[in-house]
Amino acid sequence: MRKIERLLKNLGAGFINKMWRFGAGARLFGLTLVSSGESFRRFRLTIREVYFTGVLSLIIILVSAFFVGMVLALQGYHTLQKYGSSEAIGVLVALALVRELGPVVTALLFAGRAGTAITAEIGLMKATEQLSAMEMMAVSPIARVIAPRFWAGVIAMPILATLFTMMGILGGYMVAVPLIGVDAGSFWSQMQANVDWEYDILNGVFKSLVFGVACTMIALFEGYDAPPTAEGVSRATTRTVVTSSLAVLALDFILTAFMLG
Amino acid sequence: MEKTTIDLWVGIFVAMGFAALLGLAMKVGNLTTTNIGETYMVTANFENIGGLKPRAPIKSAGVVVGRVEGIKLDPKTYEAVVSLNIDKRFSFPKDTFANIYTAGLLGEQYVGLEAGGDENSLKNGDKIIQTQDAVVLEKLISQFLYSKATENDDKPANTAATSTETGADALDASPLDKIGK
Repeated sequence: MRKIERLLKNLGAGFINKMWRFGAGARLFGLTLVSSGESFRRFRLTIREVYFTGVLSLIIILVSAFFVGMVLALQGYHTLQKYGSSEAIGVLVALALVRELGPVVTALLFAGRAGTAITAEIGLMKATEQLSAMEMMAVSPIARVIAPRFWAGVIAMPILATLFTMMGILGGYMVAVPLIGVDAGSFWSQMQANVDWEYDILNGVFKSLVFGVACTMIALFEGYDAPPTAEGVSRATTRTVVTSSLAVLALDFILTAFMLG
Repeated sequence: MEKTTIDLWVGIFVAMGFAALLGLAMKVGNLTTTNIGETYMVTANFENIGGLKPRAPIKSAGVVVGRVEGIKLDPKTYEAVVSLNIDKRFSFPKDTFANIYTAGLLGEQYVGLEAGGDENSLKNGDKIIQTQDAVVLEKLISQFLYSKATENDDKPANTAATSTETGADALDASPLDKIGK
């Protein structure tokens, strides 16, 4: 009896805690939007963060995109060949990357590469009381620290996803055309006939924009909310990756349902 | 304003992003191939459109000349009203024939236009009168089976007729026996 009672209590406390954190995250999002004027007036701050979140993530994004594209082409060719339609390999690679893999895998990598860095940085700033020091000098830490990082993430994410898609298609081309020997002309022409600018490409970019907002905001909130201890920061970093990945996959389902519906 | 290396890298990064988007638009997507400029809209009524969907291509002699804009059901006649967006560069005679074809055996369905001989051409808001419905595979199969069945029905009738001519046991030869054989 006691055990059940405690279990229910823990469950309720956990749920309330989750809801509290969700609400606090939403409030931080609102505050960031309200006080983001600073990050555009002093655009240098945002550019610095674009460099750290975007440019430094380029290598991992481009290399993994190349391999994802190559694997897609290899796997796709094996199945398509059975139905005698190996020319459709270009469509398969392009649609898979443009619609799903580009935005989603980029967001997952982004959460692991840039999100953790953001959380750890802000968590340490809080642990070493840099944020409190800013407040003492009447500098809003949200306007000075949070907002530039937020906008940098929102700017960097669609660019990274687009580069991922393009690089993946190049990887698929490298495998399909020189390695397997699919005709280059039909590879591109079938792709062009079936990939739509508005329905496929722009929707993919929109997806990556939403993922950018979600990933960056989760990373920022976890850092801002982290207990100011070494353990607290490390846990917050882990939570960033877990929450961002789950949020990206769940949002992906919702967005896809809306776009296809 | 001093220039830093970070600015340069971010500039390169953003430029690469735009280049990739441009590449997607030009090389991967259909922005260039189906860039239909000004269009005019005509409608066509079909009794059955099969699996035709909005944005399906409209082809004349195999060349894409437009896209299906929308499909509605006429509540009075219970016919499908398909609105067709056709490129302004191509004008079709008033008695143009609109068919629904299937690309390949299992491919997507499209509207095929066959130009007629009328001197007046279709204008915005006109209606194509001559149409031919989509071929529905189930209907085709049931027609085939029906014709097969009637063939079989004919045969017993013929043999029965001959047997009545030949002999007395014609009355015993009921149709059930024939099926049994």
